[in-house]
Amino acid sequence: MTLLYLAFVVIGVVMVFPFIWMIATSFKTGTDIYSLSLLPKKFTLDNYREVLAGSDFPRWFLNSFLVAGITTLSVLVFDPLLGYAFCKYRFRGKEAIFTMLLSTMMIPTEMMIIPWYMMVNQLGWNNTYWSMLFPGLSSAFGIFLMRQFFTGVPDELLDAGRIDGLSEFGVYTRIALPLVTPALSALGIFTFLGNWNSFLWPVIALDSKEKYTITLGLAQFSAENASQWELIMTGASVATIPIIIIFLIFQKKIIEGVQLTGVKG
Amino acid sequence: MAQANAVLVKGAKVQKKKNRNSIERKKERTAYLFIALPVLYFVSFRILPTFFSFFLSFMEWDLLSPEREFIGFENYITAVSDPTLQKVFGNTFEYVFVCVPLMVVISLVLALMLNQIVKGRSFFRLIVFIPYVTSAVAISYVWKWMFMKNGGVINGILKFFGIAPQPFLNSADQSIFVVMSNIIWSSIGFNAIILLAGLMQIPRTYYEAAEIDGASGWEKFRYITIRQLNPTLVYVTVMGTIRTLQVFTQVYNIAGAEGGPLKSTASIVTEIYHTAFRQYKMGLASAITVILFIVIMIITLVQMKVLNKETD
Repeated sequence: MTLLYLAFVVIGVVMVFPFIWMIATSFKTGTDIYSLSLLPKKFTLDNYREVLAGSDFPRWFLNSFLVAGITTLSVLVFDPLLGYAFCKYRFRGKEAIFTMLLSTMMIPTEMMIIPWYMMVNQLGWNNTYWSMLFPGLSSAFGIFLMRQFFTGVPDELLDAGRIDGLSEFGVYTRIALPLVTPALSALGIFTFLGNWNSFLWPVIALDSKEKYTITLGLAQFSAENASQWELIMTGASVATIPIIIIFLIFQKKIIEGVQLTGVKG
Repeated sequence: MAQANAVLVKGAKVQKKKNRNSIERKKERTAYLFIALPVLYFVSFRILPTFFSFFLSFMEWDLLSPEREFIGFENYITAVSDPTLQKVFGNTFEYVFVCVPLMVVISLVLALMLNQIVKGRSFFRLIVFIPYVTSAVAISYVWKWMFMKNGGVINGILKFFGIAPQPFLNSADQSIFVVMSNIIWSSIGFNAIILLAGLMQIPRTYYEAAEIDGASGWEKFRYITIRQLNPTLVYVTVMGTIRTLQVFTQVYNIAGAEGGPLKSTASIVTEIYHTAFRQYKMGLASAITVILFIVIMIITLVQMKVLNKETD
């Protein structure tokens, strides 16, 4: 048993060490970073001053937050709506349309980035927030997931709502939706995280620095300050720490959400 | 009397049919209303672009000139015969064949370990999971910094143990493994959590019954644990394979869009990016995306067929 806990300590160190090294480097001066001691010889906040006040990082952070936030909202509005429609309604063409949507899950993003890039160029969406938003407004996986969860909602409850005089939309929002909140929070968390970390599409579609998301901004910053690792690690810390804090706050929900989709999937 | 009943029943049936029609139609209209906008979205931003990619893969086009020249399958022939692209495909398969098994095995071991302890389980679960939520870009730069030849902490630790400093990212042999270590490190927590959920669902009674029958530890593991966990293992393996086939962020940020020394770390997607947005060969790049799509489909179908057979 003690051997097990020892193994866990080793694993914990391996998991956590890169972060510790990243944060430690961010508090060191340019010459100090090459020493192997964990603690800085001379603790300095200059790096943070330079990154937070003297660079575009705050702006990039805001951009990421806006884009990820709006995308998540859109997904949470549309995906359950579709999942519900495919689950609880019968209509002509339902099977065909559902199959078509499901098949889009098989399409890798890479197949769409070149046409998307052309759309952006030809429709004048260059360097707009919209160019970062449109790819992620709804997800086939989310629709599929919500549909699975709506099958667990008994039709009798919905009919009861209809008898009580609720409109179809009312039945959806007042009865069905509240019953699938675990799935909704899981979907929301995944969508937000996935969008926050997206890199391929921003790299392709953005070239105006002020619209960069934080992933792209960090890459750009690291290229511009190539050998100043203390600054790069500070940038990495700024990009990472807020998300870790949010994770620690919502950890229970996040881990539950992961397990939910994994076991059902 | 019977006739009267028959008329009543028939009348009721007709009435029911009429009612069903109007309620059904109202529901149908609502359904169409609910799905109209999103379906339009999917057609415009998923389906049409995909067809366009297929279409573009048969063309030669440099993004700037107005003409596109139809060249048939030439792009596809280039994609499989060009030595650079062959190297890139080889690299990507290497990523998959090394990372996925390691990822799955280590995650499984981790999940089994987490399942054994009660005290501290949530704490270690948290620790293990943190790499997944952090920015892949940020972690890539931490890796680049840790594995620097001169001054990186990994070489520093090796020096402490008397091992000579390694070139790591400067070496055509080692750089791909540096990237791989990042990929594996960031995904084992996530996979372990999923596998742990699957493990916790296996009823204790199965194990107890097996013990009564005199099963050994290995037999219990093989015939209960693995068999019950099989769907989850398949899910983790397939997802891991698809993600690894599409690796881009780690390669781009650790080794560069070019693909490292002698293109030793270049993956399919970094090459698609390079071909389309650095060399402006849109047709060739589209052809590579189509090939990637086909590869993903084939590998996924094969994996699901082979791995699902285990449950029999």
